[in-house]
Amino acid sequence: ATSKMAGADSDDSLYPIAVLIDELRNEDVQLRLNSIKKLSTIALALGVERTRTELLPFLTDTIYDEDEVLLALAEQLGNFTMLVGGPEYVHCLLPPLESLATVEETVVRDKAVESLRKISHEHSPVDLEVHFEPLVKRLASGDWFTSRTSACGLFSVCYPRVSSTVKAEIRQHFRTLCSDDTPMVRRAAASKLGEFAKVLELEYVKSDIISLFTALASDEQDSVRLLAVEAGVSIATLLPQEDLETLVMPTLRQAAEDKSWRVRYMVADKFSDLQKAVGPEITKNDLVPAFQNLLKDCEAEVRAAAANKVKEFCENLPEDSRETIIMTHILPCVKELVSDTNQHVKSALASVIMGLSTILGKDNTVEHLLPLFLAQLKDECPEVRLNIISNLDCVNEVIGIRQLSQSLLPAIVELAEDAKWRVRLAIIEYMPLLAGQLGVEFFDEKLNSLCMAWLVDHVYAIREAATCNLMKLVEKFGAEWAQNTIVPKVLGMANDPNYLHRMTTLFCINALSEVCGQEITTKHMLPVVFKMSNDQVANVRFNVAKSLQKIGPVLDSNCLQTEVKPVLEKLASDQDMDVKYFAQEAISVLSLA
Amino acid sequence: VNAPRGGVGGGNDFQWCFSQVKGAIDEDVAEADIISTVEFNCSGELLATGDKGGRVVIFQREQESKNRLLSRGEYNVYSTFQSHEPEFDYLKSLEIEEKINKIRWLPQQNAAHFLLSANDKTIKLWKISERDKRAEGYNLKDEDGRLRDQFRITTLRVPVLMPMDLMVEASPRRIFANAHTYHINSISVNSDYETYLSADDLRINLWHLEITDRSFNIVDIKPANMEELTEVITAAECHPHQCNVFVYSSSKGTIRLCDTRAAALCDRHSKFFEEPEDPSSRSFFSEIISSISDVKFSHSGRYMMTRDYLSVKVWDLNMENRPVETYQVHEYLRSKLCSLYENDCIFDKFECCWNGSDSAIMTGSYNNFFRMFDRNTRRDITLEASRENSKPRAMLKPRKVCTGGKRKKDEISVDSLDFNKKILHTAWHPKENVIAVAATNNLYIFQDKIN
Repeated sequence: ATSKMAGADSDDSLYPIAVLIDELRNEDVQLRLNSIKKLSTIALALGVERTRTELLPFLTDTIYDEDEVLLALAEQLGNFTMLVGGPEYVHCLLPPLESLATVEETVVRDKAVESLRKISHEHSPVDLEVHFEPLVKRLASGDWFTSRTSACGLFSVCYPRVSSTVKAEIRQHFRTLCSDDTPMVRRAAASKLGEFAKVLELEYVKSDIISLFTALASDEQDSVRLLAVEAGVSIATLLPQEDLETLVMPTLRQAAEDKSWRVRYMVADKFSDLQKAVGPEITKNDLVPAFQNLLKDCEAEVRAAAANKVKEFCENLPEDSRETIIMTHILPCVKELVSDTNQHVKSALASVIMGLSTILGKDNTVEHLLPLFLAQLKDECPEVRLNIISNLDCVNEVIGIRQLSQSLLPAIVELAEDAKWRVRLAIIEYMPLLAGQLGVEFFDEKLNSLCMAWLVDHVYAIREAATCNLMKLVEKFGAEWAQNTIVPKVLGMANDPNYLHRMTTLFCINALSEVCGQEITTKHMLPVVFKMSNDQVANVRFNVAKSLQKIGPVLDSNCLQTEVKPVLEKLASDQDMDVKYFAQEAISVLSLA
Repeated sequence: VNAPRGGVGGGNDFQWCFSQVKGAIDEDVAEADIISTVEFNCSGELLATGDKGGRVVIFQREQESKNRLLSRGEYNVYSTFQSHEPEFDYLKSLEIEEKINKIRWLPQQNAAHFLLSANDKTIKLWKISERDKRAEGYNLKDEDGRLRDQFRITTLRVPVLMPMDLMVEASPRRIFANAHTYHINSISVNSDYETYLSADDLRINLWHLEITDRSFNIVDIKPANMEELTEVITAAECHPHQCNVFVYSSSKGTIRLCDTRAAALCDRHSKFFEEPEDPSSRSFFSEIISSISDVKFSHSGRYMMTRDYLSVKVWDLNMENRPVETYQVHEYLRSKLCSLYENDCIFDKFECCWNGSDSAIMTGSYNNFFRMFDRNTRRDITLEASRENSKPRAMLKPRKVCTGGKRKKDEISVDSLDFNKKILHTAWHPKENVIAVAATNNLYIFQDKIN
């Protein structure tokens, strides 16, 4: 009301907008970013006309800013159509996005291209030819490679919606960029080749795209050739089966045997997609030997990438010959990889090898795979063993875990006691899974003591994980099991001379109270917590306060009032500041004041 | 396009003349002002220097004036910025100098220019860009910066861009740190324009220009036991056209060529260039003086040139057992090695460079002398970077060092050479006969003058 009196014709709703506009140029990047993120608010206040004639021209030249501001701007402009007056005026957004599409920062350029692609759909067919397509041409023939790389991503969105003459021009532009002088542009073209092929008429795929693909796949730059592999996969999905052999396969075969390991790596990495794209016949005749070669590649990176694909490749083999192919062609290579010299290769294999048992069935698994699993369980590299253990469920379904348990136990024990705490941490995380697979009996007999030992590990992260592990075990085996096996041991640690172990008791209680339920908590845990409120170490005492706050919701209100409240009140008058603080916090959270 | 004419000058062909000198004239040279690297960009329009104070100075060639023969585009300061600051590694209790060891320009990608600069540990990517517009008009302030009454706002003002004086800004775009335990001696941009390598005494790392938090170690010659260390990496460079090929030189005088296609780790080289030692000239200093201080591929990619203490060698990449050409830089120092060892000069790291057409090479020496060798005529010339003949367009007189016997007129005796004045860093314009020569804190620019 005051503001209305101060200036009769002023509008107090303008003030926040005025601040936003001024802050577009604030020295503080965060404020500029904030303003850019609220660009739609500014545009709304200005109205469509002023947005078009004043705001957008200003933004078009705002390309000096920090990347994060430009990135936000590029993103905002993709959603600006309504704010400039709807599809009729959407072409007004092209100049600022065009300048953003030429900056050197890839993320900004990519975002500008993404927004351009988005708003291209909002252009009418006429506007597309009058405004959008000339922009693509300008970018494609720009002096700097930044603009030419951006152009590569725009061809596929205009192509389907323009006249056949313009289509021919677009194809010509794309062809030119595929043989650009700079590898950056050829890379951009190679990475968009598949996408562009999808919108082309089949005849042009066969004529234009195939020759571009062949050229890019034999580019002198490794970084271009490796991108052509992915394009090859996309192109293969577009062609009728009978053309694949002559048009695509020679190039792909050549890529699988490329001199550069990076290209072969790419082939290995895309192998499953490739397999789906070329279909069962070519898979049988061509891809199986190629895959064998990749599994035996001289470069470990390639072998590791191929090893990662073993399961998927086998799964996708044509059913009629799957087992024969695996047994005669793939398994021998897999066997060699089990004793590879490189640990990344072994560990990649270990992460998928268990999956073969479902494909091969019980008998083959027992006869052929089991020896490999056992060998990997004894591998010198902990990561290999961990990967086997983390995938036990696949084997369990097929042959039951008992077959493995003899070797499993020593492997687990060894990992549980590994000198590297990260290894110990990893095996703890698999304990609930293992417990589920092995059953309560086996667990109590063999693994329970390990789980308890972790509670007194000298690394905090292990003790913490061990606490969390107990909770998950109780979720699996139930409260009664907890009461009989772990609760007594946990509570026993409350008398440990080491205060860190006494605190572990409290942390366990925090984690277990809810899964164990009210009765066990009240009857067994609470008395111990109360007793610890007299601990001589302040850290233990304030953790008592925190624990009481944590387990409060599990307790009944009578217990809270008559038992918990006096203890917290006593702690609230503790000499130690932190104890006081956490006691007061608990009192207020539990509403006991 | 001016095809670069071959030759080193001094004959009938053309003569080198003085063009410009940059830097203070004082006799007292501040350590921080000593130039530690010189590099033209790909077009030759920009010239960058780095110094021991961590600064980078970029010179831009002025537009050529009407009278082309008289004024051929001088280089003037375009931008100066502090690239590296002195640091302290608290974990290793080591001081990290701010000195710029290398500058490499990136191929131009838009209106801005980019370069990599490295000190001993950290590589930075800098963007040098121009700004000639400024936004004007605020809502809450008037033109003088006085705040307006917020209740008086009746309309919104959108800022407008107005022309202003050209401003050149240098901004750090990426910082590639924490990958080098030893001192970085080389950086080199790959011909794929997306990766570059950096080399220190024992390792070579491969970086992606857009990724700062990881690099791939492609060469590691660190022995398990450091007492077994016999050899260090002294320089490394990527092939100008073949993205998979790079070379590195060693303190033992050998060069290894590696192929990144063959394997991810390039511990095994694919070519090994070494000249068998002449047993007759073997001495206590043999190993020290054979250490390679610089290696450079020719623009064509067919040859590479290496600089050791006394000579420059040109190798054909197809011939590993000996260089195709060897040029003596200052053979008269062979008898002085003992005193050069005592004053540490023997460990000076001279660099070398090719001219634009690979027909001539240039490298530095002592007494502010620098040498050029014409590969076709085998003619060589010694020139001096000196204030004494720094009159505009003054012709450079060839210098001669007297090597025993009677000293002729105009000759300088070996004993009167000033070993504190050394030319370690030189650069040749990629297309023209324009050279930049760093002499302590001064940068000399010389050009050819057609007779």
